[in-house]
Amino acid sequence: MSGTLGMIWYIIKGSINTLELYGITIVLSIPLGVLGALGKVSKSKLLSSVIGFYTWIFRGTPLLLQLFFIYFGLPHFLGINLDKFEAASITFVLNYGAYFTEIFRGGIISIDKGQYEAAKVLGMTYSQTMRRIILPQTIRRVLPATSNEAITLVKDTALVAAISMDDLLRNANQIVAREYTIIPFVIAGVIYLLLTSVIVWIFNKLEQKYSIYE
Amino acid sequence: MNMIQATNISKRFGNLEVLKNVSLSVAKGEVISIIGPSGSGKSTLLRCLILLEKCDGGRIEIEGIPIEAFDETGRRIPLPHKDVKDGVRKMGMVFQNFHLFPHKTVLENVIEAPIIVNKIPREEAIKEAEELLSKVGLLDKKDAYPSQISGGQKQRVAIARALAMKPDIMLFDEPTSALDPELVGEVLGVIKKLASEHMTMLVVTHEMGFAKEVSDRVVFMDQGEIIEDAPPEKLFNNPDHPRIKAFLEKIL
Repeated sequence: MSGTLGMIWYIIKGSINTLELYGITIVLSIPLGVLGALGKVSKSKLLSSVIGFYTWIFRGTPLLLQLFFIYFGLPHFLGINLDKFEAASITFVLNYGAYFTEIFRGGIISIDKGQYEAAKVLGMTYSQTMRRIILPQTIRRVLPATSNEAITLVKDTALVAAISMDDLLRNANQIVAREYTIIPFVIAGVIYLLLTSVIVWIFNKLEQKYSIYE
Repeated sequence: MNMIQATNISKRFGNLEVLKNVSLSVAKGEVISIIGPSGSGKSTLLRCLILLEKCDGGRIEIEGIPIEAFDETGRRIPLPHKDVKDGVRKMGMVFQNFHLFPHKTVLENVIEAPIIVNKIPREEAIKEAEELLSKVGLLDKKDAYPSQISGGQKQRVAIARALAMKPDIMLFDEPTSALDPELVGEVLGVIKKLASEHMTMLVVTHEMGFAKEVSDRVVFMDQGEIIEDAPPEKLFNNPDHPRIKAFLEKIL
């Protein structure tokens, strides 16, 4: 039994890395997505095409490839050395930022043009209109898609094993390889389920909060 | 000085000429109804006056401030940004489909622009908003969301929201066209109340009874032109133009 407890403890230690990466990615990629979406719907052709190029690259290539490129490629091409955690964080923030950019852009353009007109005839500027009228309504509409991404991210963090960063799944895998038992995989599965359940619960609460006006 | 002086406004959507050299002047305290068949350019005219649409020619002055002007060659004359902003702010607008902010309560809809645009302290904005809401008979709905009230109530909130910016001129773009018939009266009642307070108003409407009752002048538009601009008794009883007769016969 102490063997199992030891396993659980070792896997949980790995989960801390997973959770840190998760937290950093969510906290940075959502604002990045908001900015990206605002840039993409802006009148500036240049800004909109630069962002279009960014989302094209990051949505169009595998996350794993991006991780390899930033961890192994950047030191090689630019002489920038990143530790595993930094490389993983940058990759995940940029990748998820690209998806959030497109999700939020879709939310923004789904808002009725009458909302812009009403704000305009009341004398509101474009930035006031965005901040006070359009974006708050967008939140409600993008919650389901954002929730999907937030759940996918939990599982995507397992990719960091590819640059041999310790995480939940890698630690589990190490025990499996050492002790010839698949119990660590079961434990890892349960932990992933717990994490995603918490996220689902949070998003359900958010949806309830934002649907009061509908 | 006229409240609105629009001269030779023209507007095209692609090849379609929706406004052909339309001129209109509105004096202080006047209530003008704009009527005519759909597609005649009534709403476009209103939208051009408040710069929701950019017209392609002509000149618009609001209380003497030019907010849109073109030179003889048809090129737009750049006007001081501040003048344009000030001119436009003298007008409030009410839309056919209300366009209330759905994520804000009735009260929040009304106080939003006074606080954000005019930088009025929140308590003061609330006090004024509550007065306006009681004027349109909706003070008891102040904490409701737009989705929880009827169309007629929404439009009355929209009127209160526009009035909260203290406009000198109110533009109404078919304010009752999206309403169930039994809700039309309550909205027209509010507009009549404003007329009795001598608010300058321009109302695009299909409500002929209303136009006859409250207007100082009725403007009939057809195919992008003003066909006749006359007091209601004249326009409804003895119009100069056969097209007006035909239109009135069809709808009355």
